[in-house]
Amino acid sequence: MKITRELKRKIIQLAAFGYSNPYMGNFASGRIYDGPWKKFCNPGMNCYSCPAAGLACPIGAMQAGANSADYRFGFYATGIVLAIGIVLGRAVCGFLCPFGLVQELLHKIPSPKFHLPKWMTYVKYGILAFFVILLPGFVAGELGVRSPSFCKYICPVGTLQGGIPLLSANPDLRALIGGLFSLKMGILIATLIGCVLVSRCFCKVMCPLGAIYGMLNKVSLYRMEVNSARCISCGSCSRGCPMDVNPALNPNSAECIRCGRCVTDCPTEALSAGFKLRTIDTNTNTNTIDGETAM
Amino acid sequence: MNEDKIRNIIRVILVLVGIGMIVYGATQGEAAIVLRKAIRVCLECIGIG
Repeated sequence: MKITRELKRKIIQLAAFGYSNPYMGNFASGRIYDGPWKKFCNPGMNCYSCPAAGLACPIGAMQAGANSADYRFGFYATGIVLAIGIVLGRAVCGFLCPFGLVQELLHKIPSPKFHLPKWMTYVKYGILAFFVILLPGFVAGELGVRSPSFCKYICPVGTLQGGIPLLSANPDLRALIGGLFSLKMGILIATLIGCVLVSRCFCKVMCPLGAIYGMLNKVSLYRMEVNSARCISCGSCSRGCPMDVNPALNPNSAECIRCGRCVTDCPTEALSAGFKLRTIDTNTNTNTIDGETAM
Repeated sequence: MNEDKIRNIIRVILVLVGIGMIVYGATQGEAAIVLRKAIRVCLECIGIG
């Protein structure tokens, strides 16, 4: 069997899913892992209230810092996300995010497939600004307590990975279910249906972590480049892109998750992805530069 | 100054900012806050709190 680029990516995604969720036995007991590794953030979206989770959710951790009595901003978790993003950008979404893998599997379900209008991809920046930074840091509830607003009102990952397994295993928690859970279940169902119909629907529209990594795509070490001397403008790259990007025109778009499908689809090998410190000299018509390592 | 140099300068600045934020947050006890939050069932995350 030929080990294709896509197969390598799937293996990395499965490994990332495994290291993110090593405590599968906790699903039966309805408990969560409470060891010291949870002070470290997972690179991708993975709820820390998932019974199997071994690391903290970076978006949950950012809000936990903002919610604390002494601070209004989660410096520690934001610093971790920034450091990861400078190295990998949205390659985290394409390779390391557990919920990214779930979305890709959902999209394989046979159904009509749709594309979203471009403006919808900007919604996630509003969610990041209001629900992850402003509300958790600066807006208190009825009792003067600030809450993790993204987790509380939006996050379908928490409902899927944490809510459903924990409520299934704990009758005491089930007794507390109210209107908020109905809202979150509605968002989860809409998200899951959206992911069947639209490739990476959650990543495109809702993910605040993807918004941060997307902003870092322009400067991240792992990047995509076009050798314009080789490009024949055939459009193969944009036709197959699961994120509706045109890599030939904008190889480091904030939407590009570095899945590498365009690299595979390109008939002239004009596109390359890897860790790069310098751009390609297109006049030499070659991809080989010092310090480049293709993933 | 060419584009690569500008990009590398921005990278270095952002890495330093990121490391600075991690160190500042950790010294202020944020890592412990994250740990405390993550080892208990987050009622908000699961749709109850």
